[in-house]
Amino acid sequence: MTFLTYVISGISLGSVYAIIALGYTMVYGIAKMLNFAHGDVIMVGAYVCFFATSRFGLNPVIGVLLAMFVCTILGMVIERLAYKPLRQAPSLAVLITAIGISYFLQNAAQLLWTSNPKTYTSVVGNGALQLAGGQLPISYVTIVTIVACVAIMVGLTTFTSKTKMGKAMRACSEDKGAAQLMGINVNTTISVTFAIGSALAAIAGVLLCSAYPILTPTTGSMPGIKAFTAAVFGGIGSVPGAFLGGILLGIIEIFAKAYISTQLSDAIVFAVLIVVLLVKPTGLLGKPVSEKV
Amino acid sequence: MTMKIKKMSKYTRRNFITYVMLAILFVVVQALVSTGNVSSLIKGQLVPICAYVVMAISLNLTVGVLGELSLGHAGFMSVGAFSGVVMATCLQTVVPIAWLRLAIAIITGGVFAAMVGVIVGIPVLRLKGDYLAIVTLAFGEIIKSIINNLYIGLDSGGLHMSLLTDKLNLAEGGKTILGGPMGATGVSSISTFTMGMILIVVCLTVIFNLVNSKSGRAVMALRDNRIAAESVGINVTKYKLMAFVISASMAGMAGTLFAMNYSTVVASKFDFNTSILVLVFVVLGGLGNMRGSIIAAAALTILPELLRQFQDYRMLAYAIVLILVMLATNNPTLSAAFRRFFGSFRRKKPTSDAKGGAAQ
Repeated sequence: MTFLTYVISGISLGSVYAIIALGYTMVYGIAKMLNFAHGDVIMVGAYVCFFATSRFGLNPVIGVLLAMFVCTILGMVIERLAYKPLRQAPSLAVLITAIGISYFLQNAAQLLWTSNPKTYTSVVGNGALQLAGGQLPISYVTIVTIVACVAIMVGLTTFTSKTKMGKAMRACSEDKGAAQLMGINVNTTISVTFAIGSALAAIAGVLLCSAYPILTPTTGSMPGIKAFTAAVFGGIGSVPGAFLGGILLGIIEIFAKAYISTQLSDAIVFAVLIVVLLVKPTGLLGKPVSEKV
Repeated sequence: MTMKIKKMSKYTRRNFITYVMLAILFVVVQALVSTGNVSSLIKGQLVPICAYVVMAISLNLTVGVLGELSLGHAGFMSVGAFSGVVMATCLQTVVPIAWLRLAIAIITGGVFAAMVGVIVGIPVLRLKGDYLAIVTLAFGEIIKSIINNLYIGLDSGGLHMSLLTDKLNLAEGGKTILGGPMGATGVSSISTFTMGMILIVVCLTVIFNLVNSKSGRAVMALRDNRIAAESVGINVTKYKLMAFVISASMAGMAGTLFAMNYSTVVASKFDFNTSILVLVFVVLGGLGNMRGSIIAAAALTILPELLRQFQDYRMLAYAIVLILVMLATNNPTLSAAFRRFFGSFRRKKPTSDAKGGAAQ
């Protein structure tokens, strides 16, 4: 039974990583940039929901929607002000700008909301579903997280394969120039990608803080790095890859904590990543890139 | 004098200017310190600045000259810092002269970091681009986790080590040097500004000579076009690994210098944020441009201190400055406007291409 409990909490943590990783992977796929500020958008989303529900007593659903709205706007503003002027610049310049944005968000959060940790009240209550005669409790947060992750995954796959905007995104990620020639508005497409990624980040932030209820201005950085790892693990740029990578990473992390060592769990997670990349250099579901000579 | 400088080759002249800049800086700072014109805040930053400058030029070797993005450079700094601290503590009574002990510790730090560099480099350098970057990040985090759980003690029987538990079985009178998450405590802080400057000059000389040697040209050929370089018989693994290991060992030496400046050092100081900080120095200074790295590292280490009057807003201001500088230097419209504005002062051709040209 303990084994099953670990599997379930692993999938739950993995679902959060997967939702964040989806944001990373979509932005990477289309803009070819590592958006290091993504982790901090998560933090902003969590704060917005925290204040909406705890301070103003709003309904948690409205709180989540508000967080998504704020993060969507934030993501689009960041893209417009900081990344769009650098569309033609070398990738390292964009990376450093993203780091600048990350510093900015962390410090702005510290000024606005102080660095005192906030104790998060879960948006779905603290109860648990008792299975197998009470031996296998599954908290509501876990259930909501897993359901949300699967729903987002299904929704995104349908969106990218069926809708016009989704097809435009895939076209842009393959070849921006050709997409533009076919009449796709590349700038709008990239902007929409950032909007979706940031809205997902808001959901991830709320779910993360519901499961691990301590919120500080740096809450987003480590899950951000882990989710980025998950995206690479599954093959960056691939939507199912981010999902698979996130879930696997979550399970590995919980197992490493449970069976090997709590302190070394991060090291083990990263060691598994290295081994996977050495065997399969483009990640689990990444397409092998052929080299032109 | 001016005639002589003009006769020198392009590279020699550039290197010469860098050395002269360092010498002037050293003399000015020494003069200011001895006359008491430097605030204690800045004075405390002198050794860290030197350490960051060495970190920046060493990362510039990896990113600018070798052309591979590394996000885990602080890991090597950490290895160097703690191996150096352990060595210095062991030699506490054997070598009473502080500067000699520091020098031995720095060399030890460099050697250990180089060994870790080989272990990390062999798998990492097989990957490409962003995948390579993420694996260096992973290695940096692994090194941090391990050192965070490593316990080292010293007694009459020699060194004792253990991972995860603090049961070192030390004999009577033994002392713990490295206490896991508590870090290394009771380090005798013997780092000096002079030693920092010597380290900078040594590392610079190594890099300048490397870049202008056959090996350095092979490394840069690999950066510019790996397939073409391979087809003319350049051994990819050998040269990539060589540059990477030299870079790692310099980071290790910088780590020792940095650690020996404080009485307490913890492994979590050398985390992802430190790696990123050094990367910011390198990119702002210009890829492959060593002088730029030195200036950027020094300026950006002092900047938060100078912004202290803005108190809580200083890191916010730092972030905004960083974003604006990146926008101003990399956006075609903005940088053209800047060039028009400053065009009357300097007539230098802009080098803003992706992989920064030859090392300067």
